[in-house]
Amino acid sequence: MFTKPIHTKLLYLAILAAALLLPWYVPDAYIFQIVTMSVLYAIAASGMNLILGFTGQVTLAHGAFFGMGAYGVAIMTKAGIVFWLALPVSALIAAFIGLLIGLPTLRTRGAYFAIVTLCFGVIVWIVSGNWIELTGGHNGIFGIPRPSPIPVPFFGQIEFFTQTGMYYLALAVLLLVLFALYRLVYSVFGLTFMAVRNNEPLADSVGINTYATKLVSFVAGCFIAGLAGGMYAAMMGAVSPSAAGYMLTFNFLIFVILGGMATLPGPVVGAFAIPVLMEFMQFLDDYRMLIFGALLIMVIIYFPMGLVGGLRRLNQKVAAWRQQKFPESDHASR
Amino acid sequence: MDLFLQQVFNGIMFGSTYAIVALGLTLVMGILNIPNFAHGHLYMLGGYLLFFFASTIGLGYWLGMIVSVAAMGVVGVIMERIVYRPLNDQPHINAFIAAVGSLLFLESFALVVWGSQGLRIPNPHPQIIEIMGITMSIQRLLVIFGAIALILGLHLFMKKTILGITIEAVAQNREGAMLTGINVNRVSSMTFAISAGTAAVAASLLTPIFMLSPSMGAILGMKAFVIVILGGMGSIPGAIFGGFLLGLIEALGGGYISAAYKDVFAFGALILILSIKPTGLFGQKEV
Repeated sequence: MFTKPIHTKLLYLAILAAALLLPWYVPDAYIFQIVTMSVLYAIAASGMNLILGFTGQVTLAHGAFFGMGAYGVAIMTKAGIVFWLALPVSALIAAFIGLLIGLPTLRTRGAYFAIVTLCFGVIVWIVSGNWIELTGGHNGIFGIPRPSPIPVPFFGQIEFFTQTGMYYLALAVLLLVLFALYRLVYSVFGLTFMAVRNNEPLADSVGINTYATKLVSFVAGCFIAGLAGGMYAAMMGAVSPSAAGYMLTFNFLIFVILGGMATLPGPVVGAFAIPVLMEFMQFLDDYRMLIFGALLIMVIIYFPMGLVGGLRRLNQKVAAWRQQKFPESDHASR
Repeated sequence: MDLFLQQVFNGIMFGSTYAIVALGLTLVMGILNIPNFAHGHLYMLGGYLLFFFASTIGLGYWLGMIVSVAAMGVVGVIMERIVYRPLNDQPHINAFIAAVGSLLFLESFALVVWGSQGLRIPNPHPQIIEIMGITMSIQRLLVIFGAIALILGLHLFMKKTILGITIEAVAQNREGAMLTGINVNRVSSMTFAISAGTAAVAASLLTPIFMLSPSMGAILGMKAFVIVILGGMGSIPGAIFGGFLLGLIEALGGGYISAAYKDVFAFGALILILSIKPTGLFGQKEV
């Protein structure tokens, strides 16, 4: 798990190159917009995966924290605060509210936690639609400014007025989040997350503070969701209550589960593959959610580790088969 | 005073619907330990099936109601068999996710078949009577008395019939019930059938007063969860008491404080209670 075989590293490099060169081969503005949104969804879904996949807590309020980030940036930038300050502050607000909610609710377990977070998510959604003075009610907030340019000495400045600039910003944040999650999840502290997921009483009895572990994971996940939401507000230029809705949470859930729960690439794969698939399935119209609902059930029953988990298992089987067939070439291939 | 009594009447009416829906949910949760997030959507589907049988096919209200309740029973059995039984031996978290999957499936199914436009089932008893200054239609009274009849019937079923007793046995101790020769899978199927059937009864009683829409199940389903957790998982008296209590809180809170935020009261109360007592008001210790 810690050292990947060479062909996996090459695959990741190829994907990274493809992502960096994306503006050159996706000229269609509409598709490009969808891909850029996918990057943001991938960030938020990775945060959900930390709580759901690695720590085993079914949070159903993730859309609400995404919405807090979005509304935070929208309100602050409209009030004249620069985006580069508004973004971290709104993510911190999302994390702080996550802490306030996590403190009492993480004492509950299993089904209770899922229900209580779902209820919190719906409350945030209702409030965002009705607190007209702050959130603009059901119409939302319009005319959110784009991030201000960053001056670079001897070079000029990096601007974000184009979609391409926003894409690279989102991609940079995604890579940063994935790197942070990679360092976190594969650290000793990260292993305690999985210990809590696999057997909470056992983790407790070997001296892990399970409550604190769950809290750290939850707050970190909410921070990441707030970060994604803040960039969403700046990119779309408008937020409405649907950016904090529980349907958004369910979308993130679909990305995480179909992509592969408890794997780092899983939510990213899900967040890219599913919106693009949905575009190609545009002709199916209302039938799309019918299909994704059924897919969610089928995947969780037959492939609980999703697409990435399934591929990994296939990879292991191929490796085992090769080792059986050519036992001496095993070391050479690594 | 008139406003107060009117709100109390409305509260009791909503409360009786909540009580039946929560009853169905608490049965399933007590037996399988699965939060069926799609329970509210079973209620929604029940309403649409009533529309289909009563209006589209033209069986009339009462016959349509019987057929739709029976059909929902079958839907419940299918749901248990396809969605939840394969997940019996897997971690619980997978069952929650499957429940969200079935919720999305049911909602978009209704959307695809009946469209997003609100539909109306003609009110079979639109007559209005006035008692002590409270306006009440016959249909609204029917909701209350229908709910009471259903609750009594279900109580007798649970206490007096063999099937009812086996359901309780499985809820108390799954392994123990298996050892005494109870077919646990069959009991699970039956429980899901009853659960979906009662949701359909609630929908049949209430939908002639309101519009049908594919999203109407979501909030109701969550309220049923609030009630079940307040009243204790698997507790039937808890579900009934909690249902009426929530109906009254909402009607009075919505009437006197703020109509837009009336759902916030219920969900906020749940968060508050679980913060103080993580296993619910009457919940037993987690195993």
